[in-house]
Order: sequence, then structure tokens, then C-alpha cells
Amino acid sequence: MTNYHKRLFLTPNISISLRMADINKLKTLATQVRRDILRMVHKVNSGHPGGSLGCTEFFVTLYNEIMDRKEEFDMDGIGEDLFFLSNGHISPVFYSVLERDGYFPIEELSTFRLIDSRLQGHPTTHEGLPGVRVASGSLGQGMSVAIGAAHAKKLNNDSHLVYSLHGDGELQEGQNWEAIMYASAKKVDNLIATVDLNGQQIDGATDDVLPMGSIKAKFEAFGWIVLEIEEGNNIEAILKGMAEAKSKSGKGKPVCVLLKTIMGHGVDFMMYTHAWHGKAPNDEQLAIGLAQNPETLGDY
Amino acid sequence: MKTYTYTEKKDTRSGFGAGMTELGKTNPNVVALCADLVGSLKIQTFIDENPERFFQVGVAEANMMGIAAGLTIGGKIPFTGTFANFSTGRVYDQIRQSIAYSGKNVKICASHAGLTLGEDGATHQILEDIGLMKMLPGMTVINPCDFNQTKAATIAIAEHKGPVYLRFGRPSVPIFTPEDQKFEIGKAVHLTEGNDVTIVATGHLVWEALEASKALYEKGISAEVINIHTIKPLDKKSILNSVAKTGCVVSAEEHNYFGGLGESVARVLATHKPTPQEFVATQDTFGESGTPAQLMDKYGLNSQAIVKASEKVIKRK
Repeated sequence: MTNYHKRLFLTPNISISLRMADINKLKTLATQVRRDILRMVHKVNSGHPGGSLGCTEFFVTLYNEIMDRKEEFDMDGIGEDLFFLSNGHISPVFYSVLERDGYFPIEELSTFRLIDSRLQGHPTTHEGLPGVRVASGSLGQGMSVAIGAAHAKKLNNDSHLVYSLHGDGELQEGQNWEAIMYASAKKVDNLIATVDLNGQQIDGATDDVLPMGSIKAKFEAFGWIVLEIEEGNNIEAILKGMAEAKSKSGKGKPVCVLLKTIMGHGVDFMMYTHAWHGKAPNDEQLAIGLAQNPETLGDY
Repeated sequence: MKTYTYTEKKDTRSGFGAGMTELGKTNPNVVALCADLVGSLKIQTFIDENPERFFQVGVAEANMMGIAAGLTIGGKIPFTGTFANFSTGRVYDQIRQSIAYSGKNVKICASHAGLTLGEDGATHQILEDIGLMKMLPGMTVINPCDFNQTKAATIAIAEHKGPVYLRFGRPSVPIFTPEDQKFEIGKAVHLTEGNDVTIVATGHLVWEALEASKALYEKGISAEVINIHTIKPLDKKSILNSVAKTGCVVSAEEHNYFGGLGESVARVLATHKPTPQEFVATQDTFGESGTPAQLMDKYGLNSQAIVKASEKVIKRK
């Protein structure tokens, strides 16, 4: 199993009534991805486990059941759905899912954040890592890029969709609101932007650092269709919510999904706190975290 | 001495607009974005003829740069348009991460660069943009000198793969380069042959350098004027060959002497052939309101300043 790097599901299937066997496959993958995240950040004693763990179910579901993707990566991505990670610091979950879906060799996860690696601290196209279409890390830029890619799809008569993910703290960056205003004004209805609503940022709870009020009301006031996934760490809830989001695309408005997640999900001492935003576990903490997430598909 | 004359003056931004009109007809992948300055950027004809390939983003330059980066994914060649100040300093991090570091094929087209923007004053007159942009790895930086060359440069950068900063201006200036010129990125243009001093100039200062060379000729000094339309990559060979003959150089630009063409030239000379150099540029200052001519006089960016600098640098040989 250690050389596992085939895609689990080659056929996109947005049916919300997935067979239990398929749901279990996604859960199995999610557990392995959690192990990857913990081991990656532990090895280099740096990186961002909290948000990565919180978005694990979302990534696993999006890449394996929601997006219609081609097997081989090419930058232009014509004829397939695209994904942009705006909050680039959760690169561990992005890399693990890209790797587990066959974009690059499994061994490469062990190079995360090391010198000469394609797996930079924050995702980049600069080193040519398949699966990454723009650099992110300096926050607030991903939605604009996703809008541009969505425009290109329409110009190319490509009916595929563009997905993006943003942190809730990231919405404090003003460029987002330029993009949010623009996307509805210009009817960018082939974009599904998801916000990871975990209520945490580096310095503490978002409500303490800079309360943003109702993000739902704000997106709605800007003319977006807004959907909420209350259980953002529940694969079945994500499947249902993202299928609904997809059904709302193409109706003249951009679609926003508010994904309510628990930062650090799946590792008990990392949950419900901002403390693990950008901190790696020590040896003992790693052992506890791995024990809570037993090996399923083979460690890298 | 070869002399240059003109029959018509036009703004370089209209050269950009004319280039865009041409690209609209010849290259279906070219798209344009503008942040509420369509009239200033002279791209109305492109918009009228290609409405589906134009994106009006409103007064939101950061978003414009990101959208441009995204449009390249799918094979489009986006040209962004706003003033030079809002094309660079205002959106530096967006350009740095989403365009330059991401290696996106975006053409950042910047009008109203430098002091010659005039009466709006220092808030709008950027004199630091060449420096900002040339420091970005992989960025090509171009500052053409007249209408014809700006049009040719606009058309040429569509064929170049990679991010480009194209800088042009607001006032009408003499048209003295050929209408049918072939624009070669990174290839300097020798305008006059001379033995006593090399004058390397960019943008609006190229015409001033030619005027200076006439005045110098009257004084018995032969100046070699080189039009450096591409500041990065710099045509080192042309500069080094010329100074091997003249032994001194004057750089001239509508930009701060920190970070501009002059510094790029000095680096080449310092590493290959240390040579006396004088800088015609703004002296670490902001601009102010005034007519373009008044400002260029006050801040020493004209042919008289180039003559003075030439005489000074010749004495330092």
C-alpha cells in the first residue's frame, strides 16, 4: 500500500446518495490525509496543521466527488473544473490531496518545506508542481484569480466550473470585497467560492481580532447566492452542500458556500483553538495525533 | 551628424490605443481590462470592436491584477490599463505574487507615467515605477519614446511570453521613429553616431537627448544617442560597445535616479567597464502640479540638462 498514488475515483459523481462504500472510501482517504498533514509539519517543525485538518473532508470530497478533472495536469485546464486555494498556508492538505489523487509521486510529500522542493511552504507554480495554477500565501488574492479563470472559461465556451477556497480571517483583506462586488456585478455564475468558517485566525478568534458580523449577510448584500454547510467536517454534508452549490451555478450569480469547520479537526488537542494555526506538533504530540488517525492507505 | 525631425506630435498613450486596436483585429487571445480610465488609456476603439474581450473592473486595481492573472489560465493574453501609479505601487503585492512569481502572461500597461502627467500633482506622478517593476524577477520593463514606437511595442509584447510592464505617458511629444518599425524587446536603438559621449535615454527623454546632441554638435562635441526602450532586459552589448568608443555616459529618464535606467546602466558598467556617468533624472523627490514643460524644466529633465551633464561627464574622463 505504501506506493498508493492512484486516484480513488476517476468518474465524477455528484450524486448525494453515494453508496456507503464510497463514503467510507472518502473517510478512509481523509484519515490518511490527516496523517500526511501531521507528519509533514512535524518533520520540518513548521507549517499550518490547524486549518489543513479543518478542511480535510472538504478537499477530499471536492477533488474526488465534486470536481470534473482530467487525469493529466495542464495549466490551462480547458475542459475541466479548476480549483484555486486562496488561503495558501493550508498547503499541507492541498499537497496531500493532490498527491493522493495522482498529480505527483507519493515520495515527494517528504520534501515539504525542504530546500530544492516543489512543495514550498506556500503553494506556487514557480517550481512546476502539477495541480497548482497560481501562487498563494499573501492573502486575499485568490478570488480575483478565480474570477479571471472563470472569465476565460466563458470566452473559451468551456462550461466547466471554477472552485475556490478562502479563510474567514482572510476576508479581512480588502481585495476580497473588490472581487465579491465585481463577481456579482459581472454575473460570474461559473464560480463557486467556499469560505472556511472556522472562526479562528493567528491572533485568536475572528470575533476578538476583528469581528466581521454576518459574512452570509455581507455576501448576500453583494448579490451572491449563499449556501451554508453547517457540518463542514461531515463528508455527507459536504457532498450534499456542494452538489446544491453546483446546481445553483449558471443562474446569473456567483455562488458562495459557507463551510463551518472545526480548526484542527480529527486531532483532539488541536481542536477548537487557534493555537495550532501555524505550529507543528512535537514527537509526543505527533504520536497522539497519529494514534487518533490510524494508517489506512499507507504512509508516504 | 544624423538629425531627426518631426511633422506631428502625439501622446504615447494613443500609440498604445492604436496598438490595441491592431491587436484586436489580429490576435483573438488578447483581452483588455481597465480600472475606470478607458478615455485616458485610449482603448475605446478596441472596446467597440471587441466588446466581449473587454473587462471594465471599476476603481479596483488589485482585483484587476488578479483577474488578469486568472485570465491567462485558459490561454488569454490580458492587457491591464490604468495610470502608472495605480499599475505598480498600489498593486505591488498582487503583481508580485499572482503575476510575476506565478509566471503569468500579463501585460501591465501604464499610462501617465512620470512628471508629464502634469497638473494632477505628485499623488499621481509616479517616479519610482521602473525601479519597482525591474526588481521583480522575470518582469520585462519597456518605456517607448513616441507614438509609433509605443504602438509597435504594444503589438510586440503580445508575442512575448511572460509578464511585461509597458510604460507610457500623457503629453503630446514629437513622432520621430518610423511608422513601420519592428520592435525588438531588449534591443537598443542607436539614433546617432558619436565619439565624445554616449547618451542613453528612455521614454520622453529620448527626444530631449536628440535635441541635446544637436546643441552639443554646435559646440563641437559628438554625442552617440541610444534609445533604451527596454530597461529590462538591458542591451548591455550596445551600451558597452558605445562607451568603449566614447569613454563616458549620460543616462536620461523621467524617473527617480534611485531605481531607474541610470542605475541599471551603472551596474553593467561597474561590472564590465567602470566608466564615468552622469544621471539626468529626478533627485529623490516627489513631483508637484504644473504643466509638463514647466515640471520638466524645474526638475532638470530636458535637453539643456542633458547638455550640461554631457559636458560635465566628458571632463571626468
